[in-house]
Amino acid sequence: MNANDVDRDLPLALNARGVTRRDFMQFCGLMAAVLGLPPMFTSRIAKAIESWGPFGLGRRPSVLWLNLQGCTGCTESFTRADHPSVSQVVLESISLDYHETLMAAAGKQAETAQATVMKENWGKYILIVEGSVPTAEGGIYCTIGGKSGVDVIREMAEGAAFVLVVGSCAYFGGLPSARPSPTSAKGVDQIVKGKPIVNIPGCPPIGDVIMATIVHFLLFGKPPSLDSERRPLFAYGKFVHDQCERRAHYEAGEMAVEFGDEDYRKGYCLWALGCKGPVTRNACPVIRWNMGTAWCVGSGHPCVGCTERDFWDKLTPIYTTSG
Amino acid sequence: MARIVIDPVTRIEGHLRIEAEVKDGLLSDAWVSGTMFRGIELILKDRDPRDAWYFAQRICSVCTIVHALASVRAVENALGIAIPENAQLIRNLMAAMQYVHDHVMHFYHLHALDWVDVTSALNADPKKTSQLQESISDWSKSSPRYFGEVKDKLKVFVESGQLGIFSNAYWGHPAYKLPPEANLLAVAHYLEALDWQKGVARLIAILGGRHPIPNFLVGGMATSINPDSDQAINADRLAFMKNLIQDAEDFAKKVYFPDLLAIASFYPDWTTWGEGLGNFLVYGDFPLDGSPESFYFPSGVIWNKKIDNVQPFDQRKVTEYATRSWYAYAAGDKKAKHPWEGETAPRYTGPKPPYEHLDVDGKYSWIKAPRYEDKPVEVGPLARALVAYGKGHKRISELLDDSLKKLGAGKEALFSTLGRTLARGVETVVLAEGMWTWFNKLAENIGRGDYTTVNREKWEPKTWPAEAQGFGLVEAPRGALGHWVKIKDGKIQHYQAVVPTTWNASPRDAKNGMGACEAALVGTPIHDPEKPLEVLRTIHSFDPCTACAVHLFDSQRKEIIRVKVQ
Repeated sequence: MNANDVDRDLPLALNARGVTRRDFMQFCGLMAAVLGLPPMFTSRIAKAIESWGPFGLGRRPSVLWLNLQGCTGCTESFTRADHPSVSQVVLESISLDYHETLMAAAGKQAETAQATVMKENWGKYILIVEGSVPTAEGGIYCTIGGKSGVDVIREMAEGAAFVLVVGSCAYFGGLPSARPSPTSAKGVDQIVKGKPIVNIPGCPPIGDVIMATIVHFLLFGKPPSLDSERRPLFAYGKFVHDQCERRAHYEAGEMAVEFGDEDYRKGYCLWALGCKGPVTRNACPVIRWNMGTAWCVGSGHPCVGCTERDFWDKLTPIYTTSG
Repeated sequence: MARIVIDPVTRIEGHLRIEAEVKDGLLSDAWVSGTMFRGIELILKDRDPRDAWYFAQRICSVCTIVHALASVRAVENALGIAIPENAQLIRNLMAAMQYVHDHVMHFYHLHALDWVDVTSALNADPKKTSQLQESISDWSKSSPRYFGEVKDKLKVFVESGQLGIFSNAYWGHPAYKLPPEANLLAVAHYLEALDWQKGVARLIAILGGRHPIPNFLVGGMATSINPDSDQAINADRLAFMKNLIQDAEDFAKKVYFPDLLAIASFYPDWTTWGEGLGNFLVYGDFPLDGSPESFYFPSGVIWNKKIDNVQPFDQRKVTEYATRSWYAYAAGDKKAKHPWEGETAPRYTGPKPPYEHLDVDGKYSWIKAPRYEDKPVEVGPLARALVAYGKGHKRISELLDDSLKKLGAGKEALFSTLGRTLARGVETVVLAEGMWTWFNKLAENIGRGDYTTVNREKWEPKTWPAEAQGFGLVEAPRGALGHWVKIKDGKIQHYQAVVPTTWNASPRDAKNGMGACEAALVGTPIHDPEKPLEVLRTIHSFDPCTACAVHLFDSQRKEIIRVKVQ
């Protein structure tokens, strides 16, 4: 069996990678659940994967991940994704051809690798952007390989099939754009025009939500359904408050009013402590974080509203109630 | 003389550039530059001090605990708030697990590819890899079948022709010395560590809601403890945490540390290269009762490699220069400033992008130059190990002595590239073990009915003085970290952070003194200036984090000076 056969035949390929049919179907079921699809979609997802989506037989789709004015929190969150895990996805489903935090090559060799892969996959690769784009003073506040971040993102976006905007910095400028925005930091959609953009906000977003959005591209060859802010409905279609396990306490008027008091320890609603769940769209209470282990409100801290545009200025002070 | 430029420096956090000169096969000079700036301290001005941790935490999310911790400590110090013991234990547990998580990921995913040739693993005999594994630890994933499967997986990947993150690296470089069997072992553990890390991070999520970017609180922790609730830390969650601590300890002791020693044994030259400054600074951390005397990692200062003469540390002796950084001081940039008086304005004088070279004779970095007693120092795992060694820390000394013996090296070998890498492994083991002390104490307190995690006495701004100032010091995985804050009329008036990579990746100061990374690079032999693998080895041994290093902004300035780009 040579590599070409493996690439053209999914059962062979999975077998070679040590994945049984049962593992594979389990994975498809999980993906259906994360995407909010009914169980009947499991077999459809399996079929879609088996046909290798829209990217043609034999090649894993090329993904380039650009980090600009960020803190690498989105990358960190992505590596906490559970299903599929990063090791699976990077070795088996996509070709992560550029990611400065993870790639082996550096300097000139990294730039060459990037240029080559862009040329080979022009018009087809997925560009993921983490971090805001500083626009002040001709782009001097973030340079890579001597080029300004603005130039780098424009160049990389030009040949992309889709741009996946990961995290609140890349979404609207994030923390660097908070008052007084010292570097005139912007979100990707203010810089990149004429490309399909999907925003995955959050500071950071849940790793599994980033992963599920990528999987959606792989399966269906198009972005998931989006709201008016271009956020996937499967994760950002509902308010945190409406899915919160403490909602019943809110309805009953049971509020914690001080951190650490008895009502707080009973798991009462954190609205009076500043929770922004009522104005924040995210799936934290349902998907949760770190393999479904926890989420902010669940462990005792109010939701800060980190997926909402300009939350740094509009939803702070943190411990003050919102309307 | 050849000029080497590495930009982007990859497998680090953030944006770093290195320019260096090679003469007669040796690095003769080096300049380390941070190329990204955000201005977080300016953004912090006029905010609620209780919100500061949430903003400051985004200085860096690889170091996702430590800036939040430094920030709440700074505000608590300014306002005179003592936190309950449970909050201290929870903070220690979260920070310790972050160390273990971060150091393991640094070793496998950021540093290992400097020593491990991934493509060579394809030539390995899985049986021999199995024997190697069995000879270095009792980790259960050790069968020839297991390593055979990893090899097959790698083969399919390489033969696909799409190498992804492994594309175009220095594979086949003669500086790679590991036999194929050891390379296969490391590749297997690279993948295992990627899966392991997401598991152990759950301990931090249990206590802080999520990882990365867990929650903190001024005055304690926003962690609910209640054995009678399913919405709080209860017996089930404690049992879960216990398993996770065991997973962390097992991986640190049975996989990471034995791998580190096995790999290091093939690179004896690297215990003689990459020494650096010989000056070390440690703030100390992991208090039991909040006092510096109870630190699990002791504080201290070492000058000129004199381990047996550890000096006491005093935060008043910390200052920062901007002489060679893209900032201006009102009274001229020749004098250094303490962070409480830190006064900075960005003033870019570098070349207009796109550029080929920086003006290394002038200002060349967004990173400032911190100094202690006006001298450059190194911070981080090696500094901590040496200070602990000098102060007779039993467990750290025992592990260091034992490791040096296994490597057949003397104490002098610690002052090197591999010395830093070894020290990182030693403290990972020590903290993985240390977590039990804090966990057991927390469980004991809960058993006694002590559920307190917050001191609310000074939560309301009306209880605060009109003016206050404070500092919060942390030993971050990458080294000494400090936040300095001034509060006026309930709002932040001034905020400065001096972070580990600002110390280590510092540019020159007013006296032309090099930072630790620059100094460590000078004198390193370079086999091929076109493929400067050797530079990456030493730079990665510091585990630089440049989003951290560049954040400074004078928080008292009202306007940004418009900078004329050349």
